[in-house]
Amino acid sequence: MSGLRAALADGGRFVVTAEVGPPRDADPDAITRRAKALRGWVDAANVTDNQGANARMSSLAASVLLRAAGVEPVMQLTCRDRNRIALQSDLIGAAALGVPNVLLLTGDHPSLGDHPEAKPVFDLDGVQLVWTARRMRDEGVLLSGRPLGRRPSWLIGTVENPFAPPTAARARRLAKKAAAGAEFAQTQYVFDLPAFARWTAMLRDEGVTERCAVLAGVGPIRSLRMLAFLSTGVPGVHVPDEVARRLRGVPERRVEEEGLAICEETLRELAATPGVRGAHLMVFGHEDEVPDLLRRAEIRKGDPDVDRL
Amino acid sequence: MVNEPRPFRPRISARLAYTLHAGLAPNPFYRRLAAFVEGRPRLARWFTSGERAVKERLFGCRMCGQCALPVTGYACPMTCPKQLRNGPCGGVSADGSCEVDRSLRCVWVTAAERAGSAGRGGDLDLLQRPADNREWSRSSWLNYWQGRDEGLTTALGDG
Ligand code: SF4
Repeated sequence: MSGLRAALADGGRFVVTAEVGPPRDADPDAITRRAKALRGWVDAANVTDNQGANARMSSLAASVLLRAAGVEPVMQLTCRDRNRIALQSDLIGAAALGVPNVLLLTGDHPSLGDHPEAKPVFDLDGVQLVWTARRMRDEGVLLSGRPLGRRPSWLIGTVENPFAPPTAARARRLAKKAAAGAEFAQTQYVFDLPAFARWTAMLRDEGVTERCAVLAGVGPIRSLRMLAFLSTGVPGVHVPDEVARRLRGVPERRVEEEGLAICEETLRELAATPGVRGAHLMVFGHEDEVPDLLRRAEIRKGDPDVDRL
Repeated sequence: MVNEPRPFRPRISARLAYTLHAGLAPNPFYRRLAAFVEGRPRLARWFTSGERAVKERLFGCRMCGQCALPVTGYACPMTCPKQLRNGPCGGVSADGSCEVDRSLRCVWVTAAERAGSAGRGGDLDLLQRPADNREWSRSSWLNYWQGRDEGLTTALGDG
């Protein structure tokens, strides 16, 4: 059973997810090490699917390793590299291996990754994939119409970027994904809180947040290089001038500290924003900072509820 | 890839496209005509080339054979590098440019604007079901007139 589903159903809990990027090699310990820092502190952790269109260990394999290491996985699956046969096949496989949550998305274009010469597949799009998975689970059918014997039970998630044009249509867009079957949605990095609050207000007006839990994407900017990268190098990320000014306004060696402070403030504000069910932490390799960040933002207290270390 | 999709800006206004479409709406005559044309391979090829010539020029049509134009503000979704049929991805830049080619405007930004300006923004909420890849290079008009596109676009229920 999905612990994330239970956490989302617990109205009093601010849900926290994190992200584990699989390694570029065959070392299973890379996953175990990251799991160690997160265990007990997050409700689940995403396992990315060849993120940024760079070849890595498969998200299915890494999800199984993560689960064995004591952290509940959210297996990401993109439409970039698989046609509808392979997508359904991996979804069935994930269910059989006990992966309780899936996060279904379109994926970055191969031209942005380490194999720009690869053939982009995109046989389905993210919305169609969510719809396909929901029908596999709830109606027990494949896209072909063939029945499934034992049905999968995963919790189905997706992503949305509230800040990307056409911004006026972004709430309706999540509404569409929710109607297709998404039960939770993680967002792109939130730096622009007023814009984000406008988006969640629209979602609440449309009754979307009741059907689809919003987990806001949050993460610290650690250096001016990362600021430049996020501002120009990552599709769809919007860093407002005010945040950039704050980071540029401190001496070089204090940028990371300031970035973490901004992240903590953002978490606090999000926890108080109506319609926000939780946060999705993007700390890329700094998993050991997660406990401290959550404590400082007063989202989790002291030691994790169960001492599993 | 020779035919790698890139966002295309339609060459006619949304308003004109909706008006022209009224002339293409299926009726018994068109249905019979389509069946007649399809039954004659040479005529069908000629007809399909005609469709291609017109739609390629106006909409950058790539002949997927299952036309989505009427529900996308007449901006062709198959010119999106990811061929997304259900709306934009999250990679659109703040200026509305495409993640794959920043010199081009995201076709879904164009679609949202065109559909919205014609009071057809609700079209974008409809689910476009997965396309049938066997239809590539066939005539979408012949398919449309013979009712084969029914079910391709559906409203998403609350369930
Ligand atoms: S037939 Fe397909 S490729 Fe051509 S305009 Fe319509 S949607 Fe685009």
